[in-house]
Amino acid sequence: MKSDITKKALEMSKEQKAISVAEFFEKNRHLLGYNTLQKALLTIVREGVDNSLDACEHAGILPDIFVQVEDLGDNIYKVTIEDNGPGIKKENVPYVFGKLLFGSKFMKLAQTRGQQGIGISGAVLYSQLTTGKPTKIYSKIGDGNVHIFELGINIEKNEPDVLYHETLPGNGHGVRLEIYAKGKYVRGKQSIEEYLKQTAIMNPHAQITFIDPDGNEIIYERVIETLPSLPKEIKPHPYGIELGYLMRLLSRTKSKSLLSFLMKEFSRVGEKTAKEILARASLSPDDAPSSLTRIEAERLLNAMQSISIPAPPTDCLSPVGEEAIKEGLKKELTPEFVVAISRKPKVYRGFPFLVEVGIAYGGNIQLEVAKIYRYANKVPLLYEQGACALTKAFQEVDWKRYGIKQSSNGFPEAPMIVSINFASVWVPYTSESKEAISHYEEIIKEVKLALQDAARSLQRYLSKVHKAKASQERKSKFIRYIGEIATSLSILTSKPKEEIEKNLNLLVAKFVKDYSKEIAEMQDKDYREHIMSDKDEVSKEKKEDLEITLESNKESKDVEFEIESLIDDIKVKISQKKLSDYGEKQ
Amino acid sequence: MTSIFKDSKDEKEIIKELERIGNELLEQIENQDNPYLEIPERSLGNVYFDKETGLIKLGDKKQRRYYFNIAQAKKFMQTLAVMSKIKWLLEEDKPSLSIRQLYYLLKHTISGFKENTFDTQDETDPIVEDVEVMLDVLRENLRLIATPNGVLAGDMIVEDKTGDILDFTKMGSAGGAIPPIVEDNYFKIKEINADYVLVIEKFAVWNVLNQQKFWKKNNCIILTGKGQPARAERRLIHRLAYEFNLPVYVFTDMDPWGYYIYSVYKQGSINLAFFSEKAGTPKAKFLGFQTKDVKEFDMPPSSFIKMKDIDYKRIKELRNYEWFNNTAWQNELKALEKFGNKIEQDALVSKSIEFTADVYLPTKIENKDFLP
Repeated sequence: MKSDITKKALEMSKEQKAISVAEFFEKNRHLLGYNTLQKALLTIVREGVDNSLDACEHAGILPDIFVQVEDLGDNIYKVTIEDNGPGIKKENVPYVFGKLLFGSKFMKLAQTRGQQGIGISGAVLYSQLTTGKPTKIYSKIGDGNVHIFELGINIEKNEPDVLYHETLPGNGHGVRLEIYAKGKYVRGKQSIEEYLKQTAIMNPHAQITFIDPDGNEIIYERVIETLPSLPKEIKPHPYGIELGYLMRLLSRTKSKSLLSFLMKEFSRVGEKTAKEILARASLSPDDAPSSLTRIEAERLLNAMQSISIPAPPTDCLSPVGEEAIKEGLKKELTPEFVVAISRKPKVYRGFPFLVEVGIAYGGNIQLEVAKIYRYANKVPLLYEQGACALTKAFQEVDWKRYGIKQSSNGFPEAPMIVSINFASVWVPYTSESKEAISHYEEIIKEVKLALQDAARSLQRYLSKVHKAKASQERKSKFIRYIGEIATSLSILTSKPKEEIEKNLNLLVAKFVKDYSKEIAEMQDKDYREHIMSDKDEVSKEKKEDLEITLESNKESKDVEFEIESLIDDIKVKISQKKLSDYGEKQ
Repeated sequence: MTSIFKDSKDEKEIIKELERIGNELLEQIENQDNPYLEIPERSLGNVYFDKETGLIKLGDKKQRRYYFNIAQAKKFMQTLAVMSKIKWLLEEDKPSLSIRQLYYLLKHTISGFKENTFDTQDETDPIVEDVEVMLDVLRENLRLIATPNGVLAGDMIVEDKTGDILDFTKMGSAGGAIPPIVEDNYFKIKEINADYVLVIEKFAVWNVLNQQKFWKKNNCIILTGKGQPARAERRLIHRLAYEFNLPVYVFTDMDPWGYYIYSVYKQGSINLAFFSEKAGTPKAKFLGFQTKDVKEFDMPPSSFIKMKDIDYKRIKELRNYEWFNNTAWQNELKALEKFGNKIEQDALVSKSIEFTADVYLPTKIENKDFLP
């Protein structure tokens, strides 16, 4: 016999289920990027363009992307996004666009753009909720056909709702998407145009064409003809996971035993380490992963994070590269000087990451206070600038040391735009809205080092410019008095004035340094000085990695004894390293 | 006895020297060197007290003024402008000019630019001094003059450059003016009948003595530079002292400022150290007023002026000057400091109007009661 309460509960859960997806969407608009009309339109473009860029790069195709926003009146817009990517096979199209969280990258650790928002299906759902219209998709995978779909989402079942499908002959490959949505088109910062411009800077290998609602065409030219290296997928590092994540891994794994689970699912865990973890967690190596209780899982996590494990591999990251960043800045901003710095990968909490910065100075940039362009895996972050670790690092740099005035909030007072790209397999956003990066000390330190390095180059350039200016003034002053001097000397010596004047003019070039050539070279080339030899750099890097391993261990739990032994361990490693260095030299 | 100091160059030599410097510059320019002028430094760091001659002199330090040096370029141009203008003044036999007139003569807009060769007289004055030390001549020899204030009276006949004959016994109560140039070719002393030269700091005191015909009664020349003397007064006293072998006695206020004026007549000044050899008079003696005179001549306290901080500070400075570094003067300065009061030479009238002429000066001179 069911109690009243049970009956009620069952009824409620039925209702809950029926409205789950729509309600989830409605209640979490602010987290998903659809909380304002202005942001909704941007989010749609962003989801589409990010997908296109990722797809092209994975297929080894130089991206060629077309974006159009048309104003249909009454705050309704038609957004068209078309790419030359590999296309999506007919069977998958309904799921990619018509099912929320399909093929989620959630369990994947790779440096991809697609960590933003809920994905393109979110855009389809938003379109459906605000206009009632289906989304139209054209997909070509190079088989001579174009598959055309009109679809929506069955909200109750979270399943694609295909309203129309047709296959016609068509050449080439790629995807074209037409979405109708309620929105508001704006200009200036946090606009679609700004997003595309910033995207073009950090993705100079992409060609993007944009047609705004007034019919203006803007082309963001491709200036780099090579694709960035493809980021590799890696397994999570034991230091970087949380309990919920571990539990999901435990329930999904194909491994039959805990020992093989640890060895297969994590990076840097071999048999010896796995056994050590299990011994510390008092778990049997033969237990089935799915049999673990919450408490056992917690014990396993603690054990994993209290044992000395080398930092994860860092070759999974794909930097944009200093040259590409400089080209991107040059073409979009036409500055007088650019410099870019790509740092080597580092690790925070078991996640590899790398920082790249670019500074564009002067020229067409006419700002009194510098601007900062923030990127996570090459995707511009347009909101929540003040909450972001990248901004904090930017403000903490002592710009005055590099001859640049600094306002009270730490922003440099100079005509410059500073781009900072944070690349990682896992971006630690401050919140679900994914617009700002958390204040991890390791991250802030790296960004500052990169900015300081770039600022030094800028300073060298500015000092040259300053010298050139002074030199020019000097020259004009020297030339100015030549006539007077020649007159006086002619009176003193009775020699012709003209000849004295001629000889003096010839002397000017000898005593005034001409900087124009040097400056021209600096504008094209970055005079980055590698003070440390490569060898020193490597050993320093290693040491830093170890320190970071140590740091992240400190953060985790109650393992003071273990940390002490770890420190000893590291000390031994470092001194061994030193010994071997000497050994090589002798 | 003639001057113990070197004679001045004549104008032809000066012109030659200017030509030589000009040609040296042309050579530097042709050799593609950075052209420069070598100028003896006139800073305090290059001034020393020469005990042997008793004069403040310029040291050997020289500075180079380059054209291709942004801080010096304009000064280089200005120096050449002054030099060439001087050559022109001499060659064309132009009348002597004041340095202010020279400034106006040199000032013009540089053709093609919105800049003047000179903007203020402050720019020409130091350059004139540079040229003086470079050529080792006085500006008077360069047909440039500073405006003197001094006057004198006494039994002396002078032939002026104009040909006029000046009799300094017949100059009235205001006395005869000392001209800007007192060199022999401008101010020829034909006759002189005096036992000594009495230099008086202030005109007011000099004027009373003149009205009383002190010079006649005491057979001397009385002269005042009206406070801090200009060049001409110093140069004339030098000539009287060495060309005519007259003793020189200096009479000033009893305060550090008066004492310093005495030292300028005697040893020369820091600013014009290069001029000391031609205008210093090391054999001059200090007559008064001095601290021991206060008691000896029974000066009433009403004539005392209490010294201020600035006076004490000046005493300290004087005590540190090498040329005041002798027992007599160190004692005098200490005594003044201790006494704490100043006495102006004018204050002697508080004894009586005739006191200075009839009692004080004759007593001091008769007793040879001087400070060195």
